[in-house]
Amino acid sequence: MEQIRLNVNGKDYELQVKPSATLLDVIREDLALTGTKEGCGVGECGACTVIMEGKAVNACIVLAIEANGKSITTIEGLADGEKLHPIQEAFVEIGGLQCGFCTPGMILSTKVLLDKNKTPTDQEIRKGLEGNFCRCTGYTKIVESVKVAAQKMRG
Amino acid sequence: MAVFYRRLPRFEYLLPKTLEEALSALKNQKGSAKVFAGGTDLIPQLKRREIPTPKCVIDLKGISGLDKITYDDGSRLTIGSLATISALAQSPIVLQHFPSLFQAASSIGSPQVRNRGTFAGNICTAVPSADSAPALLTLEANVKIKGPKKERTVPISKFFTGPRMTVLKPDEILLEISVPKPAPASRGVYLKLSPRHSMDLAIVGVAVLGVSENGVCKDVKIALGAVAPTPIRAPMAEAMLKGQRITSALIDEAARNAITQCSPIDDHRASQEYRCDMVYAMTRRALNQVFAQ
Repeated sequence: MEQIRLNVNGKDYELQVKPSATLLDVIREDLALTGTKEGCGVGECGACTVIMEGKAVNACIVLAIEANGKSITTIEGLADGEKLHPIQEAFVEIGGLQCGFCTPGMILSTKVLLDKNKTPTDQEIRKGLEGNFCRCTGYTKIVESVKVAAQKMRG
Repeated sequence: MAVFYRRLPRFEYLLPKTLEEALSALKNQKGSAKVFAGGTDLIPQLKRREIPTPKCVIDLKGISGLDKITYDDGSRLTIGSLATISALAQSPIVLQHFPSLFQAASSIGSPQVRNRGTFAGNICTAVPSADSAPALLTLEANVKIKGPKKERTVPISKFFTGPRMTVLKPDEILLEISVPKPAPASRGVYLKLSPRHSMDLAIVGVAVLGVSENGVCKDVKIALGAVAPTPIRAPMAEAMLKGQRITSALIDEAARNAITQCSPIDDHRASQEYRCDMVYAMTRRALNQVFAQ
């Protein structure tokens, strides 16, 4: 076991992890933050997307030990108490989800995209979300949700 | 049906602080260690139990300076082994001077994969469809490799030895990829054809680098990915164009010739026949872009 320190959603944690534990294993099982989903497990589908040091990563193919000392945002870190983040509000209002399994990843990829680009085009939205698969195939509403989220965030 | 475990097999983890430490750790493990950079290929391979489980993984990310991308006095681009694919796909210098590398980097995986995966790792994994390879072949890049005793430089054309095989020995580490700046006025392009626009492997990848003067081809390099056991150049097609006046008939003829240079596989992504047809179509398209008036 190895000792690591993580800052997840603004909270510091000291944890003992196996070298072979993924960041996803630790987030879901040690920290019980089950908003982050495990889909394919090999970095293809984006269901496990979290933000590490400002960048979207697939937590299923990052070792927990590699994340030592890093700041991580999961879907639980977006809302402010009962008040949803504007991106979450937009997904709810537009209906940018069906089964909801891909949604945490979609929303976190959207956050990284909108933090960098406040007025993305449809093409830029699709490119920004290219690593997040929705198997209900509701991409049209997802793209629309991102546009509405961008408007909300511009104020 | 491949066996797939959700958990990784057990291994130890080393985080050396210097290159020397990493090389001696690699030597001491005598082939039972794996060099680890971005992990976007290695971790899925381990989860799928595709490769023997190493006793330990040696993470290079503790070594400072390996993630640099430098552009020395306009003569060459140096890509450190830890430079991420994102770092290339977001570099204004790469976009301006090495557009085919920029296109290759942007076409790999997804933002999540590009943020972790390294550009050098893409050639170390050495799948025939590696997007970075055709562009590097046309740019005649060199690969700097360090072993326990000496450092050596290998031209990219000699780097790949077969599907997922390279000249890298188990006790060696790739240090950097060095890309000479192409001749002024040359144009480069990388075109990727894949069943999906994103998160997919190329069924054909074509890179072309060319210079023309008054409608005459001064120099051209054509490289193909995913259509042979390794990424390849198409020297006969290049020879047909060099020194000749560029016409659409000549481009067509050279693109057709490129088919003769490849030996693609049949798989679920595309049949051999389709890949051959697409080598023609994509090479023609790439040549047209490079030699457009």
